[in-house]
Amino acid sequence: MNAIEIRGLTRRFGARTAVDNLTADIAAGTTFALLGLNGAGKTTTIRMLAGLLTPTAGDAFLDGHSVVHDTVRAKQVINLSPQETAVAPNLTVLENLEFIAGLYGMRRTQARDRARQMLDTFGLADRARDRAQTLSGGMQRRLSIAMALVSQPKILFLDEPTLGLDVLARRELWAAVEALKGKVTIILTTHYLEEAEALADEIGIMAGGRLLAAGSARALMEKAGAKSFEDAFVALAAGKEAQ
Amino acid sequence: MRILVFSRRNLRELIRDKLNLIFGLGFPIILLLLLTAIQRNIPVSMFELDQLTPGIAVFGLSFISLFSASLIAKDRGSSFLMRMFTSPMQPAEFILGYTLPLLPLAVAQTCICYLCAICLGLTPTWTIFAAILASIPAALVFIGLGLLCGTLLTERQVGGICGALLTNLSAWLSGTWFSLDLVGGAFKTIAMALPFAPAVNAGRAALAGDWAAVMPPLWLVIGYAAVICAAAIFFFRRKTKE
Repeated sequence: MNAIEIRGLTRRFGARTAVDNLTADIAAGTTFALLGLNGAGKTTTIRMLAGLLTPTAGDAFLDGHSVVHDTVRAKQVINLSPQETAVAPNLTVLENLEFIAGLYGMRRTQARDRARQMLDTFGLADRARDRAQTLSGGMQRRLSIAMALVSQPKILFLDEPTLGLDVLARRELWAAVEALKGKVTIILTTHYLEEAEALADEIGIMAGGRLLAAGSARALMEKAGAKSFEDAFVALAAGKEAQ
Repeated sequence: MRILVFSRRNLRELIRDKLNLIFGLGFPIILLLLLTAIQRNIPVSMFELDQLTPGIAVFGLSFISLFSASLIAKDRGSSFLMRMFTSPMQPAEFILGYTLPLLPLAVAQTCICYLCAICLGLTPTWTIFAAILASIPAALVFIGLGLLCGTLLTERQVGGICGALLTNLSAWLSGTWFSLDLVGGAFKTIAMALPFAPAVNAGRAALAGDWAAVMPPLWLVIGYAAVICAAAIFFFRRKTKE
């Protein structure tokens, strides 16, 4: 079953086409990484799928709900961890999680139980009563992702989740994402090719607003006739950019 | 339900910021104490408590704009608002969620201001309640300005516009520190056309129990509140679609 069905999704900004007639299906439980050079259309695609930007043409269906015509229901099944850490600084770690759970309609006791689960999952239990602004950058990022998961989304958007993190914090986050595999459909955007290769079941390569190729890292390497994934990416993405 | 959840978060963010408490509550009270002390040594009719308190109450409300604008601008700047926009919340729920905690804060601030004035010698009469009630349209003006500035400006710009410009405008053009008649001319005309001096005059009239004099200036303040809140809603809704 597909968690996401994208049909001719297009977004134009004046004369510039940022996303051009994008069509794709993403199966439920898949971790799908969206790769591309700057300006490839990744962020615009995510913004349309997350209901932050109205498409100029086309549509996308999230768990069967149209992002154009049924936005509220579509938003109910998704959550997003933005590129920058997005936490409420003066709320405690626990309050941040309870707040997001409440926004998605959980009752207070249910929200607290779910928040405590997230604290354990993301290793934040001993900082539960501390204000979010006192956490380190890595911990804030973990909290930010925990906030995206506390609502039990069917589809999770992770926009550059490890940007600016040190190696250890990155590895911890990778482990957290690995643990979600098969349970949640994850759309991941990243500039780190090794991150996409390590985490994603499928990788889509975008350039010039178009999805050039999609498949497993191995399939993309075979398609490009490359020995490494980086070579495959350069051949597929940069080749198109050069045209 | 979602509105209450969002309001609770906003209230916590506001009251846990120590600077908000110092400026929002402390500064108006210090001014009240200072000017009352001056009045005791050099009697000036403008600084008598029944004249001064409604003015300080309105001036204190200008900090509400700073708080609300800072909160929204910070949410926008930190991607927090982007996270909120991906939730099932509707634009109206956002606006109410930001506004609801500010109104009781504004009323509480005005109440503390009058309580402080009573401690300094203001006669405790039930007209104080009328004066507090008359300050609500002014509170809405400042809340609306905060929403508007927070929606359109960056966090740094908010500090300049709401923190410096608005607080100064509301102080100089309110007729609290000096009589507008002393300056007269275009200055007085502009001051009376803006909502600050009419808000103070309505508060003074309510405190004096002069009911006939309350509504004429208050209508102007209510008009400003309606227009500013409508503009804030319009621009906020537009931002959610960008």
